[in-house]
Amino acid sequence: MSRHTLSVLVEDKPGVLARVASLFSRRGFNIESLAVGPTEVPEISRMTIVVNVEGLPLEQVTKQLNKLINVLKIVELEPEQSVAREFMLVKVKADAETRSQVLEVVGLFKAKVVDVAPEAITVEVTGNAEKLQTFLRMLEPFGIKELVKSGMVAVGRGSRSITDRSLRPVDRTA
Amino acid sequence: MGEQLTGAQSLVRSLESVGVTDVFGIPGGAILPLYDPLMDSQVVRHVLVRHEQGAGHAAEGYAAATGRVGVCMATSGPGATNLVTPIADAHMDSVPMVAITGQVPSGSIGTDAFQEADIRGITMPITKHNFLVTNPDEIPRAIAEAFHLASTGRPGPVLVDVSKDALQAMTSFDWPPVIDLPGYHPVTRPHAKQVREAARMIVDARQPVLYVGGGVIRANASASLRRLADLTGIPVVTTLMARGAFPDSHPQHLGMPGMHGTVAAVGALQKADLIVALGARFDDRVTGKLSTFAPNAAIIHADIDPAEIGKNRHADVPIVGDLAEVIPELIAAIEHEFAVHQRGDYAAWWSTLSRMRETYPLGYDIPQDGSLSPQYVIARLGQISGPDSIYSAGVGQHQMWAAQFIGYEHPGTWLNSGGLGTMGYAVPAAMGAKVGRPDATVWAIDGDGCFQMTNQELVTCTVNDIPIKVALINNSSLGMVRQWQTLFYNERYSNTDLHSHRVPDFVKLADAYGCHGLRCETPEEVDATIEKALGMNDAPVVIDFVVHKDAMVWPMVAAGTSNDDIMIARSMAPEWGSDD
Repeated sequence: MSRHTLSVLVEDKPGVLARVASLFSRRGFNIESLAVGPTEVPEISRMTIVVNVEGLPLEQVTKQLNKLINVLKIVELEPEQSVAREFMLVKVKADAETRSQVLEVVGLFKAKVVDVAPEAITVEVTGNAEKLQTFLRMLEPFGIKELVKSGMVAVGRGSRSITDRSLRPVDRTA
Repeated sequence: MGEQLTGAQSLVRSLESVGVTDVFGIPGGAILPLYDPLMDSQVVRHVLVRHEQGAGHAAEGYAAATGRVGVCMATSGPGATNLVTPIADAHMDSVPMVAITGQVPSGSIGTDAFQEADIRGITMPITKHNFLVTNPDEIPRAIAEAFHLASTGRPGPVLVDVSKDALQAMTSFDWPPVIDLPGYHPVTRPHAKQVREAARMIVDARQPVLYVGGGVIRANASASLRRLADLTGIPVVTTLMARGAFPDSHPQHLGMPGMHGTVAAVGALQKADLIVALGARFDDRVTGKLSTFAPNAAIIHADIDPAEIGKNRHADVPIVGDLAEVIPELIAAIEHEFAVHQRGDYAAWWSTLSRMRETYPLGYDIPQDGSLSPQYVIARLGQISGPDSIYSAGVGQHQMWAAQFIGYEHPGTWLNSGGLGTMGYAVPAAMGAKVGRPDATVWAIDGDGCFQMTNQELVTCTVNDIPIKVALINNSSLGMVRQWQTLFYNERYSNTDLHSHRVPDFVKLADAYGCHGLRCETPEEVDATIEKALGMNDAPVVIDFVVHKDAMVWPMVAAGTSNDDIMIARSMAPEWGSDD
């Protein structure tokens, strides 16, 4: 398994995204997905980073990230103990003839139509990576005109929060 | 409410308040407001250099020789980008340095304004941290945080970029500001369990080595290291960055490991059953081909930077902490082991190592034609000027010889560009060292290639009464590159002949710069010339040692090969002896 999901709490300071992103590239780590947004604490942002560390130890990534002054805490989210979601907007070809079939797929995946035009409809869908992939496979035969996807966001299961002291950060020391 | 000042005045006051006494720099448009109050400072001496790269290396040399934070200053755009090389150099060698740059007014940032460069973005990967300040109220805190970051934990360069309007605007000055770095908590206190485990492994080992890196010098832990070595009797090797961390005269010192290390130091690491790495980072120049490095050794790795531990080589016992705390705790834990168990028995190990050391001492050939041997010049310089002098080197053959043939006894007396390998480091770094330690004799041992990259700072030395001494090892070529061409490119000397036996005339150049210029071309003149230079303290001295160009640095572990394949001379491998 070479893919890991890291939740990284950072100070909301100018340049922090550039610092994190450039660290990954210059140390030879590949970011698969990155999402940044505010948190329940003002002045702290949270990044969810999906990193592919084929052939390199994850430990190096987290240790190097921890050296960035604006990085406050890093937690690796294990797939079984976390909820991960992506968000997607898809513009799919749908004319009078195919529209009802497309809408059937949309219904099956609990997706939502957000725009309709004579030749196409735009739907939004949320879910984990597998669901979104399957959804796309089902829509492909109709013709996908445009696709836009958010980075993955994830949160640990249970009542504890990432800012709890009890949740041990990775590699603060050795 | 604090005192009402301009941002520029606030910055000067902040520098004074953190204890800065010396700054190296050059003014320009964006930083002009800062230079006005700087002129009135009774505390901060500004040394006007001739190129910003010189300012940066001078700050590095100052820091490396004194242990204090070195400070350099430049204007926006090209001034700032000229600092990039020394900043990268300081980053690689963990040198505490603060660089202050002017930036175009905040309203012009991002418009490709005249002399605008995104120096914060440019230096992100080569600084420990950096700041862009556009609000004058934030100046004291940014300066306090910059000095705190540069000098604590693993030291490194920090850049503070200040927009011109922030320097010009009025603000209030309060000191000390509140340092607010919630993400910065360097671990200095080692984990007691790890230290105990390390102590047990040390007394149980049969073939241990203390692999000492530059971190020992940065942590000011040389005295503790000495006690650790004396207590345990373990052999010591000091890396290029650690020359001076442990006395060369000490009988347990096997010398420098690595690409041009001694056979005994390289061999000790290769055959060790335990390596105790102290502030070292298993650099490729030390390990050779990593997969064959010290195959039988367990590793205890102590470093202030957790990211260094396990980066290149797995650590069996990782110890994160400040070596100034780690080594004394390790000593206490070993003394405890001695009290309850036996001491480590390294007699057989020492007999192997002593044989290696006696069979393969460092050496060099004296040219038959009577021309000057560069190694001889450097060895004599070390002997005559002595271990209380400071030696700063450029990068290349002369650097390796200076690391090999000068006996270092004290930390902070050997300054060089180890990680980045920056040609041109020697002269400005020597200048910085001399400013920081004006009573010491400071030598720049430089090559003719390196010297021509930064020798303009000799003017700065002359004008500002900074009488450094330059031993120019002039082999008329880019010697180390030429050595590789000799060994690996069929003696095809593409673009390594500098013609500097003829042009420039370094004695005339020295004269033009207001320095004393001496030339030495024969072995008979060496001692007298060095002694003459040592007597000239009214101005900088440049000695043009015209040396023969075929000298090579040996031993050598060729790049990408195993330490086991070390060569003591061309096509000559040492006999390692039977493995016992």
